[in-house]
Amino acid sequence: MAKANELHRKRVSRSWYGDFFVFLMLAGFGAFMVIPMIFLVINAFKPLEEIFIFPPRLYVVNPTLDNFKTMFRMASNLWVPFSRYIFNSVFVSITVTVLHIIFASMAAYPLAKHKFAGRDTIFQVIVLSLLFTSGTLALPQYIVMAKMGMINTYWALILPPVASSLGLFLMKQFMLSIPDSTLESARMDGANEFVIYWKIVMPMVKPAWLTLMIFAFQSIWNSTGGNFIYTESLKLLPTALQQITAGGIARQGVGAAAMLVMALPPIIVFIITQSNVIETMSHSGMKE
Amino acid sequence: MKIELARSNKPIKMPLKERFIREIKLNKTSYLMVAPYFILFVIFTVIPVISSLVLSFTYFNMLEFPQWRGWMNYQRLFLEDDVFLIAIKNTLIFAFLTGPLSYFLCFIFAWFINELPKRLRTFMTLVFYAPVLSGQVYLVWQLIFNGDFYGILNSFLIHWGIISEPIQWLTDPKYNLTCVIIVQLWLSLGTSFLAFIAGFKDVDHTLYEAGAIDGIRNRFQELFYITIPMMKDKMLFGAVMQIAQSFAVGQVGMALGGFPSTNYSLHTVVTHIYDYGSIRYEMGYASAISFLLTLAMVITKNIITKLLRTDD
Repeated sequence: MAKANELHRKRVSRSWYGDFFVFLMLAGFGAFMVIPMIFLVINAFKPLEEIFIFPPRLYVVNPTLDNFKTMFRMASNLWVPFSRYIFNSVFVSITVTVLHIIFASMAAYPLAKHKFAGRDTIFQVIVLSLLFTSGTLALPQYIVMAKMGMINTYWALILPPVASSLGLFLMKQFMLSIPDSTLESARMDGANEFVIYWKIVMPMVKPAWLTLMIFAFQSIWNSTGGNFIYTESLKLLPTALQQITAGGIARQGVGAAAMLVMALPPIIVFIITQSNVIETMSHSGMKE
Repeated sequence: MKIELARSNKPIKMPLKERFIREIKLNKTSYLMVAPYFILFVIFTVIPVISSLVLSFTYFNMLEFPQWRGWMNYQRLFLEDDVFLIAIKNTLIFAFLTGPLSYFLCFIFAWFINELPKRLRTFMTLVFYAPVLSGQVYLVWQLIFNGDFYGILNSFLIHWGIISEPIQWLTDPKYNLTCVIIVQLWLSLGTSFLAFIAGFKDVDHTLYEAGAIDGIRNRFQELFYITIPMMKDKMLFGAVMQIAQSFAVGQVGMALGGFPSTNYSLHTVVTHIYDYGSIRYEMGYASAISFLLTLAMVITKNIITKLLRTDD
């Protein structure tokens, strides 16, 4: 009975033509979003002779794994062994993700829950820096890192994203929702602030650090290392991918296969953590 | 406990230096916890921004010590550098056309997706967010906009008899900016989109029921009178993320249309920084451009903050 009542109330503000319009827009724009992706998947499984059919088909008649095989064969013929790129990407991604989560949450906790001089100023500066993406800061960062001798080392890939401001912002906003009484009773029991942070706060903000994990992982996984790295053996996977795909139309299928393989890990991680990401974004509000 | 003490002690008059030391001692743990992150933040964000301001008044090539040049870099930028003016024009197109448009798309589609049942909502969120997740996949657009017969768009248009000669979508200045805008929109449902999804989901449903009793008759009234006021703070966050994204445009254009693009038709401020910083090594000049970009973003953010606040 209550259910029927709810449904009835919902309908008051929902007209059938409105629903139809929403459906139409979602379908239309959804297609725009998804067709390039579908095209990528299909191309990855096309045999060479189907790639050259005119006009191109948006389906595949004889799916094959040839492109993936060629990709792995080409990968093993690179000047720097392919495993090295994989190692670099995995090593840098994991290091950045772990350090970012620990540093950002450890800083977010006092910013959210302690009172000390300079706290608000620090947080305001960090909020302002949300504006500056890596693209905007790349050049001045390059100059600073060059002066510190970090260019062309792992440090140049690891340290800047560890201090990314989005992670700290989301973490701090999430921690504001932790009730003070919980922390207070832990203090009564004699726990020091580090113990409270690690044993009480961190388990409570699990959605937030899962979100930071996907954001950090995704940005490193897709990063080429820009101008900070010029030694081939220190470069990341997307660079290797560019070398494999840089062969024009004949390599279309191989390129698609490589892009597909690269795109899967972040998508899978996002599917697993999605509900946590949305929960974290619930706290992303900004008051001025 | 200590923290409470620090507050209550504040009104007591003490010399500044002593008070400073006392404050640090009392809140030692807090500062210690913030330190690792904050030191890295200062090195990789604060110092770069300040150094770009200082270096913008110098000639600096990374090898010799910077030479003071006063306002010369800025003079050169606005009076002599025609390409910079093109870069500004293109960046403004992205900032004031693509930016608001993608903000609008994030909002509208978060709203629409919120109307769906839970399973489908999760799926559609992934569909719209996938381009951002998958990084390099935007290079697929290169195949779509490819300039020869095998380019997907060209071959379909030719097949259907709409055009007879292939169009150089990504190199012809008549089309390439539009093409990059399309790709940029495809890539634009990012963090703000997720924030809006969360915003719509979080609105208390009893408010809608109360609204229905108070005479709300359609979904637009519901949106304007209930939902938007409830998620105002997330809309500000979304705006900041969108400004950050749309002013920093450059990478996609460089990857798709080449560098430099035909008649600089895809040249943006970020591309210009890349040109002078990473290719010509004129770091002073590039720093001036970089600082102006930072300044423009901060100003835009302040304006938008004011706009979103006046409605209260």
